[in-house]
Amino acid sequence: MTRRFALHSVTKKFYLGLVLFFLYAPIFVLMVFSFNESRSRANWEGFTLDWYRVLLNDPAIARALRNTLLVAIFSTAIATTIGTFAAVGIDKLTRRARTLVMGISRIPVMMPDIVTGLSLMVLYLFVIRTFGFGRMGFGTLLISHVMFNVPYVILSVTPRLRRIDPNLYEAALDLGSTPIRAFFKVILPELMPGVFTGALLAFTLSVDDFMVSFFTTGVGVQNLSTYIFSQARMGVSPHINALSTLMFLAILALMFVIHKRDKIHAKRMKERMDVI
Amino acid sequence: MIKRAFAYPYIIWMVIFIVVPLILVGYYAITVTDFYGYTTFSMANFRRFFTEQVMGNRVFVSVATRSLRLALQSTLLCFAIGYPVAYIMTRKEYSEKSVLIFLLLAPMWMNFLVRTYAWLTILERNGLINNVLMRLMNRDTPVIDILYTDAAVLLGMVYNFLPFMILPIYTSLKKMDPRLIEAAQDLGAGGFNTFLRVVFPLSIPGVVSGITMVFMPGAATFVISNLLGGRQFFLLGNVVESSFIQQGDWHFGSAVAVLMMLMMVASMVVLSFFDKGENQGRSAMI
Repeated sequence: MTRRFALHSVTKKFYLGLVLFFLYAPIFVLMVFSFNESRSRANWEGFTLDWYRVLLNDPAIARALRNTLLVAIFSTAIATTIGTFAAVGIDKLTRRARTLVMGISRIPVMMPDIVTGLSLMVLYLFVIRTFGFGRMGFGTLLISHVMFNVPYVILSVTPRLRRIDPNLYEAALDLGSTPIRAFFKVILPELMPGVFTGALLAFTLSVDDFMVSFFTTGVGVQNLSTYIFSQARMGVSPHINALSTLMFLAILALMFVIHKRDKIHAKRMKERMDVI
Repeated sequence: MIKRAFAYPYIIWMVIFIVVPLILVGYYAITVTDFYGYTTFSMANFRRFFTEQVMGNRVFVSVATRSLRLALQSTLLCFAIGYPVAYIMTRKEYSEKSVLIFLLLAPMWMNFLVRTYAWLTILERNGLINNVLMRLMNRDTPVIDILYTDAAVLLGMVYNFLPFMILPIYTSLKKMDPRLIEAAQDLGAGGFNTFLRVVFPLSIPGVVSGITMVFMPGAATFVISNLLGGRQFFLLGNVVESSFIQQGDWHFGSAVAVLMMLMMVASMVVLSFFDKGENQGRSAMI
């Protein structure tokens, strides 16, 4: 019996290892090749840090990286704000209206990204051609990212709303608080975990997006995804690998910090519960 | 009543950026613009999709068939590879679980174009695999040559979408009450029977979210086919992209987009038959 169990667990470990190897093999390869002296993808010709130097002196990459980060930060902030307020408001709508609004909100989540991207492009160009003002660029890119991020925030916040005791809000009003103050002091703190999840999801999706950016950005405004795509047709230079390596390590570090913070937070929550 | 008003700005936003664009796409799909710039209603775009022939081959129909076939194959593969992973994960200790989830999510923080592109290095005729195999087998011709074929595109799809299958299944398995399994075993069900009659049916919501998250992006991608399938390789996504971006033919591109959306709705109707709950797409990963 023990013997069979042991075999079982070895098989499981092996299987998990195999799947993880499949997921990480390309990442490992591109990290290694970011230190390769040759420009060629296939042959290893010695260690160098040249590509990291090239990366630091490439203004196009710097611009693309700046656009990616700016769009991610602003779209996350805007989408989180709109989405949180929307979730609170939607919860108070009549049942029928709520079903309709939630149904429509779910469209961008379910729809293939390519359709989201091209439908927004059609909207922007339609407005630009009909009214003759504006152009595709950073603005349209930002609006598009907000658009596909808001539903994720709503979907993360809504479950938290169900758990709030409505009496708390009433109590705050009875004790003389204004509704706005009651919202910020009573409701919002309860929603924070959902808001945080939504924001994290929004940020990740924004940084990772290619499809929507591809269709909704304008001439001369590129983010990392569209820049890499335009390069990929000619062959990705190793300094893109260098950039990916750096970004991967940076996000890894960030996640580690968040994880630690969560742990501390959880511990504190537990202590507070114990006191009660 | 101040709180209900919180939703109004969003509702206006939603109408402008979700509803109106879709109506516009629908409008372009059922109209054509002639040489003089007059726009008339017509089903010509759809007719073209289903009938246009190149050398006796209905070109767009075969593109659609290939897209659907590859999407279906990648969904099945992701399910076959991913379900056991999710199942094994639920049986792990808590700390191991969070490490595994972390390991599954981490690759997504690296731009997927770069990751997909790295497969070129691995799969090329003189790439890593062939270099190793040629040395081991003492041959001087490439051993595997799958780059720029359906197989490479399929591999790219499975590679990119596998975590989207594993995580929702894991989430639904995790929610399951372990006492149900004990009950089944107490009532005399063997390991396999317990799995088939208790565990698997309870994980169906996760499987359904996983399928939607793998199938639709697979049917709609044009990047993976562009990189790993060579440029001449055509999926539905490539048709949409080239209609809009290269040919500037919004009417035909919109018609293909509408067909894609119909496909999505159809697959969701079929799937909702298996899953009564609310399918939340990518947010099911949380």
